[in-house]
Amino acid sequence: MRQREHLSRRSLLGLLAAASTAVLRPWSALSQGRAIITRPIPSTGETLPVVGLGSWITFNVGDDVVARDACAEVMRAFFEAGGRMIDSSPMYGSSQKVIGYGLGKLDQPRVFSADKVWISPGSRGAAQIEASRRHWGVPRFDLLQVHNLLSWEEHLRTLRAMKAAGQVRYIGITTSEGRRHRDVEQIMRTQPLDFVQVTYNVVDREVEDRILPLARERGIGVIVNRPFREGELIRRMARQPLPAWAAEIDCANWAQFLLKFIVSHPAVTCVIPATTRVDHVRENMGAAYDRLPDASMRARMIAHVEKL
Amino acid sequence: MSEWWTYSLSDFLLFSPRIYYRLFELYNAAIWPLQILALALGAAIFGLLLSGVVWRGRAIAAILAACWLWVAWAYFLQRYDTINWAASYFAVGFAAEAMLMSWTGIIRDRFGFHSGADVAGTAGRCIFLFALVVFPLIGPLAGRPWTQVEIFGVAPDPTAIATFGVLAAAHRPHWLLLVIPSIWCAISGATLWTMQSPDALVVPLAATLALVVAGWKSLARGRQASPDET
Repeated sequence: MRQREHLSRRSLLGLLAAASTAVLRPWSALSQGRAIITRPIPSTGETLPVVGLGSWITFNVGDDVVARDACAEVMRAFFEAGGRMIDSSPMYGSSQKVIGYGLGKLDQPRVFSADKVWISPGSRGAAQIEASRRHWGVPRFDLLQVHNLLSWEEHLRTLRAMKAAGQVRYIGITTSEGRRHRDVEQIMRTQPLDFVQVTYNVVDREVEDRILPLARERGIGVIVNRPFREGELIRRMARQPLPAWAAEIDCANWAQFLLKFIVSHPAVTCVIPATTRVDHVRENMGAAYDRLPDASMRARMIAHVEKL
Repeated sequence: MSEWWTYSLSDFLLFSPRIYYRLFELYNAAIWPLQILALALGAAIFGLLLSGVVWRGRAIAAILAACWLWVAWAYFLQRYDTINWAASYFAVGFAAEAMLMSWTGIIRDRFGFHSGADVAGTAGRCIFLFALVVFPLIGPLAGRPWTQVEIFGVAPDPTAIATFGVLAAAHRPHWLLLVIPSIWCAISGATLWTMQSPDALVVPLAATLALVVAGWKSLARGRQASPDET
Protein backbone atom coordinates (compact mmCIF):
# COMPACT_ATOMS: atom_id res chain seq x y z
CA MET A 1 0.00 0.00 0.00
CA ARG A 2 2.78 2.31 0.95
CA GLN A 3 4.50 1.52 -2.31
CA ARG A 4 1.40 2.58 -4.22
CA GLU A 5 1.16 5.86 -2.39
CA HIS A 6 4.80 6.74 -2.93
CA LEU A 7 5.65 5.99 -6.51
CA SER A 8 9.26 6.72 -7.27
CA ARG A 9 10.08 9.04 -10.15
CA ARG A 10 11.62 6.14 -12.06
CA SER A 11 8.58 3.89 -11.66
CA LEU A 12 6.24 6.76 -12.57
CA LEU A 13 8.20 7.41 -15.76
CA GLY A 14 8.13 3.71 -16.45
CA LEU A 15 4.37 3.60 -16.05
CA LEU A 16 3.93 6.64 -18.31
CA ALA A 17 6.15 5.06 -20.93
CA ALA A 18 4.16 1.83 -20.76
CA ALA A 19 0.89 3.72 -21.03
CA SER A 20 2.04 5.78 -23.99
CA THR A 21 3.31 2.63 -25.70
CA ALA A 22 -0.08 1.00 -25.20
CA VAL A 23 -1.83 4.00 -26.74
CA LEU A 24 0.55 4.50 -29.63
CA ARG A 25 1.06 0.85 -30.42
CA PRO A 26 -2.20 -0.79 -29.46
CA TRP A 27 -1.49 -4.01 -31.28
CA SER A 28 1.86 -4.48 -29.57
CA ALA A 29 0.15 -4.06 -26.24
CA LEU A 30 -2.59 -6.51 -27.15
CA SER A 31 -0.24 -9.14 -28.46
CA GLN A 32 2.18 -8.82 -25.55
CA GLY A 33 2.88 -12.17 -24.04
CA ARG A 34 1.18 -14.05 -26.84
CA ALA A 35 3.32 -15.98 -29.27
CA ILE A 36 2.59 -15.55 -32.94
CA ILE A 37 1.88 -18.84 -34.70
CA THR A 38 4.66 -19.79 -37.10
CA ARG A 39 5.26 -22.63 -39.53
CA PRO A 40 8.58 -24.03 -40.70
CA ILE A 41 9.54 -23.71 -44.34
CA PRO A 42 9.87 -27.40 -45.17
CA SER A 43 13.11 -27.10 -47.16
CA THR A 44 15.09 -25.36 -44.39
CA GLY A 45 13.10 -25.37 -41.15
CA GLU A 46 13.19 -21.55 -40.97
CA THR A 47 9.94 -20.40 -39.42
CA LEU A 48 7.48 -17.85 -40.78
CA PRO A 49 4.38 -16.29 -39.19
CA VAL A 50 1.31 -17.91 -40.72
CA VAL A 51 -0.24 -14.61 -41.82
CA GLY A 52 1.54 -12.46 -44.39
CA LEU A 53 0.54 -9.48 -46.51
CA GLY A 54 -0.51 -9.48 -50.17
CA SER A 55 -0.35 -6.43 -52.43
CA TRP A 56 -2.64 -7.27 -55.40
CA ILE A 57 -4.71 -4.11 -56.17
CA THR A 58 -4.35 -2.70 -52.66
CA PHE A 59 -0.80 -1.38 -53.02
CA ASN A 60 -1.11 -0.28 -56.65
CA VAL A 61 -1.56 3.41 -55.84
CA GLY A 62 0.88 4.96 -58.30
CA ASP A 63 2.54 8.21 -57.27
CA ASP A 64 -0.29 9.22 -54.93
CA VAL A 65 1.66 10.25 -51.82
CA VAL A 66 -1.38 10.17 -49.54
CA ALA A 67 -2.22 6.64 -50.63
CA ARG A 68 1.45 5.60 -50.42
CA ASP A 69 1.63 6.82 -46.84
CA ALA A 70 -1.55 4.88 -46.04
CA CYS A 71 0.08 1.73 -47.44
CA ALA A 72 3.18 2.39 -45.35
CA GLU A 73 0.97 2.58 -42.26
CA VAL A 74 -0.59 -0.77 -43.19
CA MET A 75 2.93 -2.19 -43.42
CA ARG A 76 3.85 -0.64 -40.07
CA ALA A 77 0.82 -2.23 -38.40
CA PHE A 78 1.65 -5.53 -40.10
CA PHE A 79 5.22 -5.60 -38.78
CA GLU A 80 4.14 -4.42 -35.33
CA ALA A 81 1.76 -7.36 -35.18
CA GLY A 82 4.63 -9.72 -35.91
CA GLY A 83 4.09 -10.21 -39.65
CA ARG A 84 7.00 -10.90 -42.00
CA MET A 85 6.08 -12.11 -45.49
CA ILE A 86 5.03 -9.48 -48.03
CA ASP A 87 4.19 -10.75 -51.51
CA SER A 88 4.10 -8.84 -54.77
CA SER A 89 4.61 -9.15 -58.51
CA PRO A 90 5.69 -7.02 -61.47
CA MET A 91 2.13 -7.59 -62.70
CA TYR A 92 0.71 -5.54 -59.82
CA GLY A 93 1.36 -2.08 -61.29
CA SER A 94 3.14 0.18 -58.82
CA SER A 95 2.83 -2.24 -55.86
CA GLN A 96 6.53 -3.08 -55.77
CA LYS A 97 7.52 0.58 -55.71
CA VAL A 98 4.97 1.26 -52.98
CA ILE A 99 6.36 -1.60 -50.88
CA GLY A 100 9.83 -0.13 -51.39
CA TYR A 101 8.49 3.26 -50.30
CA GLY A 102 6.97 1.70 -47.17
CA LEU A 103 10.11 -0.25 -46.30
CA GLY A 104 12.11 2.95 -46.71
CA LYS A 105 9.85 4.78 -44.26
CA LEU A 106 9.97 2.04 -41.63
CA ASP A 107 13.04 1.33 -39.56
CA GLN A 108 14.59 -1.85 -40.95
CA PRO A 109 11.58 -4.15 -40.56
CA ARG A 110 12.24 -7.92 -40.64
CA VAL A 111 10.55 -8.41 -43.97
CA PHE A 112 10.45 -11.74 -45.77
CA SER A 113 10.38 -10.44 -49.33
CA ALA A 114 8.41 -12.59 -51.74
CA ASP A 115 8.11 -11.50 -55.36
CA LYS A 116 7.53 -13.05 -58.74
CA VAL A 117 8.84 -13.11 -62.26
CA TRP A 118 6.18 -12.51 -64.90
CA ILE A 119 7.50 -11.93 -68.38
CA SER A 120 7.77 -13.70 -71.68
CA PRO A 121 10.11 -14.71 -73.21
CA GLY A 122 11.85 -16.20 -70.20
CA SER A 123 15.20 -14.78 -71.33
CA ARG A 124 14.02 -11.39 -69.99
CA GLY A 125 13.42 -12.79 -66.51
CA ALA A 126 16.74 -11.81 -64.93
CA ALA A 127 16.36 -8.17 -66.00
CA GLN A 128 12.81 -8.04 -64.65
CA ILE A 129 13.89 -9.54 -61.32
CA GLU A 130 16.65 -6.94 -60.99
CA ALA A 131 14.15 -4.13 -61.72
CA SER A 132 11.81 -5.59 -59.08
CA ARG A 133 14.64 -5.76 -56.55
CA ARG A 134 15.45 -2.11 -57.11
CA HIS A 135 11.78 -1.19 -56.63
CA TRP A 136 11.73 -3.00 -53.28
CA GLY A 137 15.12 -1.63 -52.26
CA VAL A 138 16.24 -4.96 -50.79
CA PRO A 139 19.70 -6.52 -51.26
CA ARG A 140 18.07 -9.74 -52.48
CA PHE A 141 14.68 -11.42 -52.43
CA ASP A 142 13.92 -14.12 -49.91
CA LEU A 143 11.56 -15.83 -52.33
CA LEU A 144 11.07 -15.58 -56.08
CA GLN A 145 8.18 -17.35 -57.77
CA VAL A 146 7.19 -17.93 -61.39
CA HIS A 147 3.92 -16.02 -61.69
CA ASN A 148 1.04 -18.09 -63.08
CA LEU A 149 3.52 -20.52 -64.66
CA LEU A 150 4.35 -18.00 -67.41
CA SER A 151 7.43 -19.32 -69.29
CA TRP A 152 8.04 -21.47 -66.22
CA GLU A 153 10.75 -23.76 -67.61
CA GLU A 154 13.08 -20.93 -68.55
CA HIS A 155 12.29 -18.91 -65.42
CA LEU A 156 12.88 -21.87 -63.10
CA ARG A 157 16.29 -22.39 -64.70
CA THR A 158 17.09 -18.73 -63.97
CA LEU A 159 15.79 -18.98 -60.40
CA ARG A 160 17.73 -22.18 -59.68
CA ALA A 161 20.91 -20.51 -60.92
CA MET A 162 20.21 -17.46 -58.76
CA LYS A 163 19.60 -19.66 -55.71
CA ALA A 164 22.85 -21.53 -56.32
CA ALA A 165 24.65 -18.18 -56.52
CA GLY A 166 23.06 -16.97 -53.28
CA GLN A 167 21.02 -14.26 -55.04
CA VAL A 168 17.71 -15.60 -53.73
CA ARG A 169 16.97 -17.89 -50.79
CA TYR A 170 13.87 -19.72 -51.94
CA ILE A 171 12.13 -20.37 -55.24
CA GLY A 172 8.62 -21.40 -56.22
CA ILE A 173 5.69 -21.22 -58.60
CA THR A 174 2.25 -19.65 -58.37
CA THR A 175 -1.22 -20.09 -59.72
CA SER A 176 -4.57 -18.69 -58.67
CA GLU A 177 -8.26 -19.49 -58.73
CA GLY A 178 -7.75 -23.15 -59.60
CA ARG A 179 -5.96 -22.60 -62.90
CA ARG A 180 -3.52 -25.17 -64.37
CA HIS A 181 -3.51 -27.44 -61.34
CA ARG A 182 -2.36 -30.41 -63.43
CA ASP A 183 0.68 -28.45 -64.58
CA VAL A 184 1.32 -27.29 -61.02
CA GLU A 185 1.25 -30.89 -59.82
CA GLN A 186 3.57 -32.00 -62.56
CA ILE A 187 6.08 -29.25 -61.74
CA MET A 188 5.85 -30.04 -58.02
CA ARG A 189 6.66 -33.68 -58.79
CA THR A 190 9.58 -33.01 -61.10
CA GLN A 191 11.22 -29.73 -60.04
CA PRO A 192 13.03 -28.78 -56.83
CA LEU A 193 10.74 -26.13 -55.28
CA ASP A 194 10.65 -24.44 -51.89
CA PHE A 195 7.17 -22.96 -52.28
CA VAL A 196 4.01 -23.26 -54.27
CA GLN A 197 1.37 -20.51 -54.16
CA VAL A 198 -2.28 -21.41 -54.73
CA THR A 199 -5.78 -20.16 -54.04
CA TYR A 200 -7.41 -21.80 -51.03
CA ASN A 201 -10.26 -20.73 -48.79
CA VAL A 202 -13.27 -22.18 -47.03
CA VAL A 203 -15.26 -22.39 -50.27
CA ASP A 204 -12.46 -22.98 -52.83
CA ARG A 205 -10.98 -26.22 -51.51
CA GLU A 206 -9.93 -28.05 -54.66
CA VAL A 207 -6.26 -27.98 -53.61
CA GLU A 208 -7.10 -30.16 -50.58
CA ASP A 209 -7.44 -33.18 -52.85
CA ARG A 210 -4.03 -33.33 -54.49
CA ILE A 211 -1.86 -30.22 -54.27
CA LEU A 212 -1.74 -29.76 -50.48
CA PRO A 213 -1.06 -33.48 -49.81
CA LEU A 214 1.59 -33.43 -52.55
CA ALA A 215 3.21 -30.36 -50.98
CA ARG A 216 3.51 -32.20 -47.66
CA GLU A 217 4.85 -35.30 -49.37
CA ARG A 218 7.47 -33.35 -51.35
CA GLY A 219 8.40 -30.95 -48.55
CA ILE A 220 7.17 -27.83 -50.35
CA GLY A 221 5.87 -24.81 -48.46
CA VAL A 222 2.41 -23.50 -49.39
CA ILE A 223 1.46 -19.83 -49.70
CA VAL A 224 -2.26 -19.17 -49.98
CA ASN A 225 -3.61 -16.29 -52.07
CA ARG A 226 -7.15 -14.86 -52.42
CA PRO A 227 -8.27 -16.00 -48.94
CA PHE A 228 -11.32 -13.73 -49.10
CA ARG A 229 -12.00 -14.10 -52.86
CA GLU A 230 -11.05 -10.42 -53.29
CA GLY A 231 -13.36 -9.43 -50.44
CA GLU A 232 -16.42 -11.27 -51.73
CA LEU A 233 -16.40 -13.78 -48.84
CA ILE A 234 -16.07 -11.07 -46.22
CA ARG A 235 -18.92 -9.08 -47.79
CA ARG A 236 -21.09 -12.19 -47.93
CA MET A 237 -20.31 -13.24 -44.34
CA ALA A 238 -20.70 -9.74 -42.94
CA ARG A 239 -24.45 -10.02 -43.44
CA GLN A 240 -24.52 -12.85 -40.89
CA PRO A 241 -23.51 -12.83 -37.22
CA LEU A 242 -20.31 -14.63 -36.30
CA PRO A 243 -21.33 -17.94 -34.67
CA ALA A 244 -20.84 -18.02 -30.90
CA TRP A 245 -18.66 -21.12 -31.17
CA ALA A 246 -16.09 -19.10 -33.15
CA ALA A 247 -14.89 -17.94 -29.73
CA GLU A 248 -13.66 -21.50 -29.12
CA ILE A 249 -10.91 -20.81 -31.67
CA ASP A 250 -10.46 -17.17 -30.58
CA CYS A 251 -12.04 -15.58 -33.62
CA ALA A 252 -13.35 -12.07 -33.03
CA ASN A 253 -14.50 -11.42 -36.61
CA TRP A 254 -15.16 -13.10 -39.95
CA ALA A 255 -11.69 -12.26 -41.30
CA GLN A 256 -10.11 -14.28 -38.50
CA PHE A 257 -12.65 -17.07 -39.02
CA LEU A 258 -11.73 -17.34 -42.71
CA LEU A 259 -7.98 -17.02 -42.16
CA LYS A 260 -7.83 -19.48 -39.27
CA PHE A 261 -9.58 -22.04 -41.44
CA ILE A 262 -6.81 -21.68 -44.04
CA VAL A 263 -3.77 -21.65 -41.77
CA SER A 264 -5.06 -24.59 -39.75
CA HIS A 265 -4.45 -26.87 -42.72
CA PRO A 266 -1.20 -28.61 -41.87
CA ALA A 267 0.27 -28.12 -45.35
CA VAL A 268 -0.18 -24.34 -45.33
CA THR A 269 2.85 -22.21 -44.48
CA CYS A 270 1.44 -18.71 -44.88
CA VAL A 271 -1.68 -16.92 -46.10
CA ILE A 272 -1.35 -13.49 -47.73
CA PRO A 273 -4.51 -11.36 -47.36
CA ALA A 274 -4.29 -7.88 -48.90
CA THR A 275 -5.80 -4.72 -47.47
CA THR A 276 -5.56 -0.94 -47.60
CA ARG A 277 -6.64 -0.45 -44.00
CA VAL A 278 -4.74 -0.56 -40.73
CA ASP A 279 -7.74 -1.88 -38.77
CA HIS A 280 -8.14 -4.70 -41.28
CA VAL A 281 -4.48 -5.69 -41.18
CA ARG A 282 -4.77 -5.88 -37.40
CA GLU A 283 -7.86 -8.05 -37.71
CA ASN A 284 -6.04 -10.28 -40.18
CA MET A 285 -2.99 -10.59 -37.96
CA GLY A 286 -5.28 -11.67 -35.12
CA ALA A 287 -5.63 -14.95 -37.01
CA ALA A 288 -1.97 -15.65 -36.31
CA TYR A 289 -2.55 -15.80 -32.56
CA ASP A 290 -4.13 -18.16 -30.03
CA ARG A 291 -6.07 -21.30 -30.87
CA LEU A 292 -6.53 -22.76 -34.35
CA PRO A 293 -9.34 -25.12 -35.36
CA ASP A 294 -8.78 -28.87 -35.27
CA ALA A 295 -10.15 -31.24 -37.91
CA SER A 296 -13.65 -31.46 -36.39
CA MET A 297 -13.86 -27.69 -35.99
CA ARG A 298 -12.74 -27.24 -39.62
CA ALA A 299 -15.57 -29.52 -40.73
CA ARG A 300 -17.97 -27.46 -38.64
CA MET A 301 -16.68 -24.23 -40.24
CA ILE A 302 -17.20 -25.61 -43.74
CA ALA A 303 -20.71 -26.80 -42.90
CA HIS A 304 -21.59 -23.44 -41.39
CA VAL A 305 -20.33 -21.43 -44.40
CA GLU A 306 -22.08 -23.75 -46.85
CA LYS A 307 -25.37 -23.11 -45.02
CA LEU A 308 -25.05 -19.32 -45.39
CA MET B 1 -2.12 -16.97 -71.60
CA SER B 2 -3.30 -20.51 -70.91
CA GLU B 3 -6.88 -21.30 -69.92
CA TRP B 4 -7.90 -17.78 -70.96
CA TRP B 5 -11.57 -18.73 -70.64
CA THR B 6 -11.12 -19.07 -66.87
CA TYR B 7 -10.24 -15.37 -66.55
CA SER B 8 -12.88 -12.78 -65.80
CA LEU B 9 -12.75 -9.01 -66.29
CA SER B 10 -11.93 -8.57 -62.61
CA ASP B 11 -8.69 -10.54 -63.10
CA PHE B 12 -7.43 -7.69 -65.27
CA LEU B 13 -8.39 -4.89 -62.92
CA LEU B 14 -5.14 -3.84 -61.25
CA PHE B 15 -6.38 -0.98 -59.07
CA SER B 16 -9.26 0.06 -56.85
CA PRO B 17 -11.94 2.56 -57.95
CA ARG B 18 -10.69 4.93 -55.25
CA ILE B 19 -7.20 5.06 -56.77
CA TYR B 20 -8.56 5.26 -60.34
CA TYR B 21 -10.58 8.39 -59.59
CA ARG B 22 -7.86 9.86 -57.36
CA LEU B 23 -5.67 9.70 -60.46
CA PHE B 24 -7.99 12.20 -62.18
CA GLU B 25 -7.92 14.39 -59.10
CA LEU B 26 -4.11 14.53 -59.05
CA TYR B 27 -3.97 14.92 -62.84
CA ASN B 28 -6.45 17.80 -62.80
CA ALA B 29 -4.50 19.54 -60.06
CA ALA B 30 -1.22 19.09 -61.96
CA ILE B 31 -2.46 20.49 -65.30
CA TRP B 32 -4.72 23.27 -64.00
CA PRO B 33 -5.74 25.65 -65.70
CA LEU B 34 -5.32 23.74 -68.97
CA GLN B 35 -8.87 22.45 -68.53
CA ILE B 36 -10.15 25.94 -69.37
CA LEU B 37 -8.13 25.98 -72.58
CA ALA B 38 -9.42 22.48 -73.43
CA LEU B 39 -13.03 23.57 -72.91
CA ALA B 40 -12.40 26.68 -75.04
CA LEU B 41 -11.01 24.47 -77.80
CA GLY B 42 -14.10 22.28 -77.49
CA ALA B 43 -16.34 25.34 -77.80
CA ALA B 44 -14.32 26.40 -80.84
CA ILE B 45 -14.91 22.99 -82.46
CA PHE B 46 -18.65 23.33 -81.82
CA GLY B 47 -18.64 26.81 -83.32
CA LEU B 48 -16.76 25.54 -86.36
CA LEU B 49 -19.26 22.70 -86.79
CA LEU B 50 -22.02 25.32 -87.04
CA SER B 51 -20.06 27.70 -89.23
CA GLY B 52 -19.52 27.56 -92.95
CA VAL B 53 -15.84 28.54 -93.15
CA VAL B 54 -13.92 26.53 -95.71
CA TRP B 55 -11.01 25.69 -93.43
CA ARG B 56 -13.15 24.32 -90.60
CA GLY B 57 -12.38 20.67 -91.43
CA ARG B 58 -8.66 21.27 -91.11
CA ALA B 59 -9.09 23.32 -87.92
CA ILE B 60 -11.30 20.73 -86.23
CA ALA B 61 -8.92 17.92 -87.21
CA ALA B 62 -5.95 19.90 -85.86
CA ILE B 63 -7.64 20.54 -82.51
CA LEU B 64 -8.78 16.93 -82.12
CA ALA B 65 -5.37 15.58 -83.13
CA ALA B 66 -3.73 17.83 -80.53
CA CYS B 67 -6.16 16.62 -77.87
CA TRP B 68 -5.53 12.93 -78.66
CA LEU B 69 -1.79 13.52 -78.59
CA TRP B 70 -2.01 15.39 -75.29
CA VAL B 71 -4.07 12.62 -73.65
CA ALA B 72 -1.56 10.02 -74.93
CA TRP B 73 1.34 11.83 -73.32
CA ALA B 74 -0.02 13.69 -70.31
CA TYR B 75 -2.66 11.25 -69.11
CA PHE B 76 -1.63 7.78 -70.27
CA LEU B 77 2.16 8.00 -70.11
CA GLN B 78 2.51 10.44 -67.22
CA ARG B 79 -0.40 9.29 -65.01
CA TYR B 80 -2.27 6.12 -65.91
CA ASP B 81 0.98 4.28 -66.55
CA THR B 82 1.74 4.46 -62.80
CA ILE B 83 -1.13 2.08 -62.00
CA ASN B 84 -1.71 0.22 -65.26
CA TRP B 85 1.13 -1.35 -67.25
CA ALA B 86 -1.16 -1.40 -70.31
CA ALA B 87 -1.30 2.42 -70.36
CA SER B 88 1.69 2.70 -72.70
CA TYR B 89 -0.21 0.63 -75.27
CA PHE B 90 -3.22 2.93 -74.88
CA ALA B 91 -0.88 5.89 -75.40
CA VAL B 92 0.33 4.38 -78.66
CA GLY B 93 -3.30 3.97 -79.74
CA PHE B 94 -4.15 7.57 -78.91
CA ALA B 95 -1.04 8.86 -80.68
CA ALA B 96 -1.95 6.75 -83.72
CA GLU B 97 -5.44 8.28 -83.73
CA ALA B 98 -3.83 11.74 -83.65
CA MET B 99 -1.71 10.80 -86.67
CA LEU B 100 -4.70 9.38 -88.56
CA MET B 101 -6.71 12.49 -87.73
CA SER B 102 -3.91 14.72 -89.00
CA TRP B 103 -3.51 12.68 -92.18
CA THR B 104 -7.21 12.59 -92.99
CA GLY B 105 -8.33 15.98 -91.78
CA ILE B 106 -5.31 18.25 -92.22
CA ILE B 107 -3.08 16.79 -94.92
CA ARG B 108 -5.82 15.31 -97.13
CA ASP B 109 -8.49 17.81 -96.03
CA ARG B 110 -11.22 15.14 -96.09
CA PHE B 111 -13.36 16.47 -93.23
CA GLY B 112 -16.53 17.98 -94.66
CA PHE B 113 -19.62 19.02 -92.74
CA HIS B 114 -23.15 20.05 -93.58
CA SER B 115 -24.09 23.24 -91.77
CA GLY B 116 -27.76 22.58 -92.38
CA ALA B 117 -30.22 20.59 -90.30
CA ASP B 118 -29.56 17.04 -91.52
CA VAL B 119 -30.44 14.42 -88.91
CA ALA B 120 -27.01 12.76 -88.73
CA GLY B 121 -25.22 16.11 -88.48
CA THR B 122 -27.53 17.21 -85.69
CA ALA B 123 -27.06 13.89 -83.87
CA GLY B 124 -23.29 14.20 -84.21
CA ARG B 125 -23.33 17.76 -82.86
CA CYS B 126 -25.51 16.61 -79.95
CA ILE B 127 -23.04 13.81 -79.12
CA PHE B 128 -20.22 16.35 -79.26
CA LEU B 129 -22.10 18.74 -76.95
CA PHE B 130 -22.81 15.85 -74.60
CA ALA B 131 -19.08 15.07 -74.36
CA LEU B 132 -18.21 18.73 -73.85
CA VAL B 133 -20.91 19.85 -71.42
CA VAL B 134 -22.81 16.90 -69.93
CA PHE B 135 -20.06 14.29 -69.52
CA PRO B 136 -18.09 16.32 -66.92
CA LEU B 137 -21.24 16.53 -64.79
CA ILE B 138 -21.77 12.77 -64.63
CA GLY B 139 -19.02 12.09 -62.08
CA PRO B 140 -20.27 14.69 -59.58
CA LEU B 141 -23.85 13.50 -60.16
CA ALA B 142 -22.68 9.96 -59.37
CA GLY B 143 -21.28 11.24 -56.08
CA ARG B 144 -17.65 11.80 -56.97
CA PRO B 145 -15.98 15.11 -56.07
CA TRP B 146 -15.63 17.92 -58.62
CA THR B 147 -11.87 17.66 -58.35
CA GLN B 148 -12.09 14.28 -60.15
CA VAL B 149 -14.01 15.69 -63.11
CA GLU B 150 -13.17 14.33 -66.59
CA ILE B 151 -12.99 17.04 -69.24
CA PHE B 152 -12.85 16.97 -73.02
CA GLY B 153 -9.40 17.36 -74.46
CA VAL B 154 -7.53 16.28 -71.34
CA ALA B 155 -9.33 13.08 -70.27
CA PRO B 156 -9.67 10.10 -72.61
CA ASP B 157 -13.40 9.26 -72.34
CA PRO B 158 -14.90 12.68 -73.22
CA THR B 159 -12.23 13.14 -75.89
CA ALA B 160 -13.20 9.84 -77.52
CA ILE B 161 -16.94 10.59 -77.32
CA ALA B 162 -16.45 14.10 -78.71
CA THR B 163 -14.49 12.60 -81.60
CA PHE B 164 -17.37 10.22 -82.24
CA GLY B 165 -19.65 13.24 -82.36
CA VAL B 166 -17.48 15.07 -84.89
CA LEU B 167 -17.11 11.97 -87.07
CA ALA B 168 -20.87 11.32 -86.93
CA ALA B 169 -21.48 14.93 -87.98
CA ALA B 170 -19.10 14.69 -90.95
CA HIS B 171 -20.90 14.40 -94.26
CA ARG B 172 -19.20 11.08 -94.99
CA PRO B 173 -18.22 8.42 -92.43
CA HIS B 174 -14.53 7.93 -91.69
CA TRP B 175 -14.54 4.33 -90.52
CA LEU B 176 -10.79 4.10 -90.07
CA LEU B 177 -10.90 7.01 -87.62
CA LEU B 178 -13.66 5.28 -85.65
CA VAL B 179 -11.65 2.12 -84.91
CA ILE B 180 -9.42 3.40 -82.09
CA PRO B 181 -12.14 5.43 -80.32
CA SER B 182 -14.38 2.32 -80.48
CA ILE B 183 -11.68 0.11 -78.96
CA TRP B 184 -11.01 2.67 -76.26
CA CYS B 185 -14.70 3.05 -75.38
CA ALA B 186 -14.99 -0.74 -75.05
CA ILE B 187 -11.92 -0.87 -72.77
CA SER B 188 -13.06 2.07 -70.68
CA GLY B 189 -16.59 0.70 -70.36
CA ALA B 190 -15.24 -2.70 -69.29
CA THR B 191 -12.94 -1.06 -66.72
CA LEU B 192 -15.75 1.01 -65.21
CA TRP B 193 -18.13 -1.97 -65.30
CA THR B 194 -15.62 -4.11 -63.41
CA MET B 195 -15.19 -1.31 -60.88
CA GLN B 196 -19.00 -1.28 -60.55
CA SER B 197 -19.11 2.43 -61.37
CA PRO B 198 -22.71 3.64 -61.67
CA ASP B 199 -21.85 5.43 -64.94
CA ALA B 200 -20.12 2.45 -66.54
CA LEU B 201 -22.49 2.28 -69.50
CA VAL B 202 -22.31 5.95 -70.49
CA VAL B 203 -19.19 5.70 -72.65
CA PRO B 204 -20.14 2.49 -74.52
CA LEU B 205 -23.69 3.78 -75.11
CA ALA B 206 -22.48 7.11 -76.49
CA ALA B 207 -20.04 5.27 -78.75
CA THR B 208 -22.76 2.87 -79.93
CA LEU B 209 -25.09 5.75 -80.71
CA ALA B 210 -22.41 7.49 -82.76
CA LEU B 211 -21.61 4.28 -84.63
CA VAL B 212 -25.31 3.79 -85.40
CA VAL B 213 -25.48 7.35 -86.76
CA ALA B 214 -22.36 6.79 -88.87
CA GLY B 215 -23.75 3.49 -90.14
CA TRP B 216 -27.12 5.03 -90.97
CA LYS B 217 -25.38 7.86 -92.82
CA SER B 218 -23.27 5.37 -94.73
CA LEU B 219 -26.38 3.46 -95.81
CA ALA B 220 -28.17 6.67 -96.77
CA ARG B 221 -25.20 7.73 -98.92
CA GLY B 222 -25.20 4.31 -100.54
CA ARG B 223 -28.89 4.60 -101.40
CA GLN B 224 -28.34 8.10 -102.83
CA ALA B 225 -25.41 6.90 -104.92
CA SER B 226 -27.13 3.77 -106.27
CA PRO B 227 -29.49 5.41 -108.85
CA ASP B 228 -26.58 7.28 -110.43
CA GLU B 229 -24.47 4.15 -110.57
CA THR B 230 -27.12 2.03 -112.33
